[in-house]
Amino acid sequence: MDKNSTYDELLAKVSWSAAEQELGYKPGEFLNIGWMCSDRICQIGWAEKLALGWEDFKGNEKRYTFNDVRVLSNTIAQYLCNLDIRVGERVCLFMDRVPELYIGFLGILKTGAVAQPLYSAFGDESLLVRLKDAETAALFTQAKHLPKVRKIRAQLPALRDVIVVDAGDMPLREGEFAFDMDGAPRVETFCVYPTTAESPSVLHYTSGTTGQPKGAQHVHYSIISQYLTTKVVLDPHPDDIYWCNADPGWVTGTSYGIIGPWSNGATQVVLDSGFHAERWYEFIEKHRVTVWYSAPTAIRLLMKEGLEPVRAHDLSSLRHLASVGEPLNAQAVIWGEEAFGKPFHDTFWQTETGCIVITNFPGMPIKPGSMGKPFPGITATVLNTKTYEPITEPGIAGLIALRPGWPSMIRGYWNNQVGFKKKFQNGWYLCGDRASIDADGYFWFMGRDDDVINTGGHLVGPFEIESALLEHQAVQESAAVAKPDPFHMEIVKAFVKLKPGYKPDEDLELEIMNFVRKRLSPIAMPQEIEFVESLPKTRSGKIVRRVLRCKEFNEPVGDLSTIMDE
Amino acid sequence: MDDLTKMVCDYVRREYLEEDDERVITEDTHLITGGIVDSFSMVSLKRFLEKKYHIQIPDAAATPEAFDTVRSIVALVHRFQKVPVNA
Repeated sequence: MDKNSTYDELLAKVSWSAAEQELGYKPGEFLNIGWMCSDRICQIGWAEKLALGWEDFKGNEKRYTFNDVRVLSNTIAQYLCNLDIRVGERVCLFMDRVPELYIGFLGILKTGAVAQPLYSAFGDESLLVRLKDAETAALFTQAKHLPKVRKIRAQLPALRDVIVVDAGDMPLREGEFAFDMDGAPRVETFCVYPTTAESPSVLHYTSGTTGQPKGAQHVHYSIISQYLTTKVVLDPHPDDIYWCNADPGWVTGTSYGIIGPWSNGATQVVLDSGFHAERWYEFIEKHRVTVWYSAPTAIRLLMKEGLEPVRAHDLSSLRHLASVGEPLNAQAVIWGEEAFGKPFHDTFWQTETGCIVITNFPGMPIKPGSMGKPFPGITATVLNTKTYEPITEPGIAGLIALRPGWPSMIRGYWNNQVGFKKKFQNGWYLCGDRASIDADGYFWFMGRDDDVINTGGHLVGPFEIESALLEHQAVQESAAVAKPDPFHMEIVKAFVKLKPGYKPDEDLELEIMNFVRKRLSPIAMPQEIEFVESLPKTRSGKIVRRVLRCKEFNEPVGDLSTIMDE
Repeated sequence: MDDLTKMVCDYVRREYLEEDDERVITEDTHLITGGIVDSFSMVSLKRFLEKKYHIQIPDAAATPEAFDTVRSIVALVHRFQKVPVNA
């Protein structure tokens, strides 16, 4: 995009219908994300262009052109068909950031099945909840994650096939199969299933205030949003090298780690490694990364390392920087300018929106700390919390809300239409966050409107944490809330009432922390546990997390008249 | 391998790998960059070290780099210990 376009010019020329035309899509006709991200790119003459440059923490490298991606996704698709995976069935990807994850995602979509990526650090409890709810039929994984799957397999009657992409000589059990993507006979031609706009495509699990995580159901039409927002906001040019460091187990890693860049024919590089500032800068320098989509927690960790490692590398290739997952604090925006010569552009969106909805645009003045403005085609506002009417006065906080109907809006929660209906009020979709809008139309994030914890850009629901805590033999009652943290924005803090006979001490605290981490995930692990004699409750016995959270945030707790004294 | 190194290797093995995971944890196994311990899990590892060796590791020193290998973790413990652990 022309970085000199003003916001009004963008509003005038950018549209979903224009994106449809660019992609060669006509309403009512064939539309398949897997085909769009590989076959179509080959058809427009970029078959030999590098699609994926992959590297792991040891420095091993692999390279795939768009034709490689096309053929290998065909190969995986044919393999799934041979296993009798049917249209609409859920196929999970439970792997680290390996090429099989990225290419397998497209392969699944080509069969008409639904891709269900899951974060590879999930413990068996988190994995079980999501696979059981989705009645997942098949699962791709790596040898190192297979033990977790084996542990829960007996509780997953729908799971027919477990496919191990790096089994080597490892002995496998019944229902487990070794599949070597790079070594398998290549399938040059595959008959892609004729999905259309509303055909289910991806199931991403996301946490809420109540209950277990919900499966956000996306459709193939979401590519219109993901293609266009990538083009306008992340702005990859034909010769750019794009790096999105999000894991495809989360929606950023699929929307902007696979669909967005590849539908634009962008070359992307992937580093399969945990966070390490020196390693990241080496990676940027080596691959001459030009567009970098990162996250506030990572940026703050880089800030902590200071400017010395930045100066030790040639990062002059960086042209455009963006950030996602949680609000990007002003200090981080300013630091980006100092470190890299350009600011990180904050982008706001969520699993349910499927694409960036409020954002800072290339060339548009950034107000450090602001979310930016609505993407063209998105109508966004803030609503009065009681009337659900738009607030017209600048600077007044309300609920961030969007007019339903953009292409990548989820079509529902899996098996949970009641939960889905609750997301809408007065004709608006509610994001669950609060913000204000200033006189220039810039949005300013104020916080969550519910009990969901945003830690390091990942949403975690208190219910699943509390459920896991209650499984520990020493825990009688628990509440999980957010606590402010300078690096992760929020961390999980648990309040625990112990059963009689158990002593609150540091050993027990560590034991419970590790217990939850192994059951759920490192993200859901309480980073602090406070042992208490009682928890604030209503007369009906419901724990009032708000009271605990407000104390952590040093905010007024509000009306306590419904709280029962214990 | 001294007692401290062995203790940390054993703890990582016990707490961060599944029972039938065949990977070997050595002094130089990459824990953070290798995806065995992430930045969220580091907190519990830090807590373990502080409790076990009666030290206080400042947040500024608790970086992914410092926790990337058992060798660097042992160096971190030594740095903040007042009394050396018997080898």
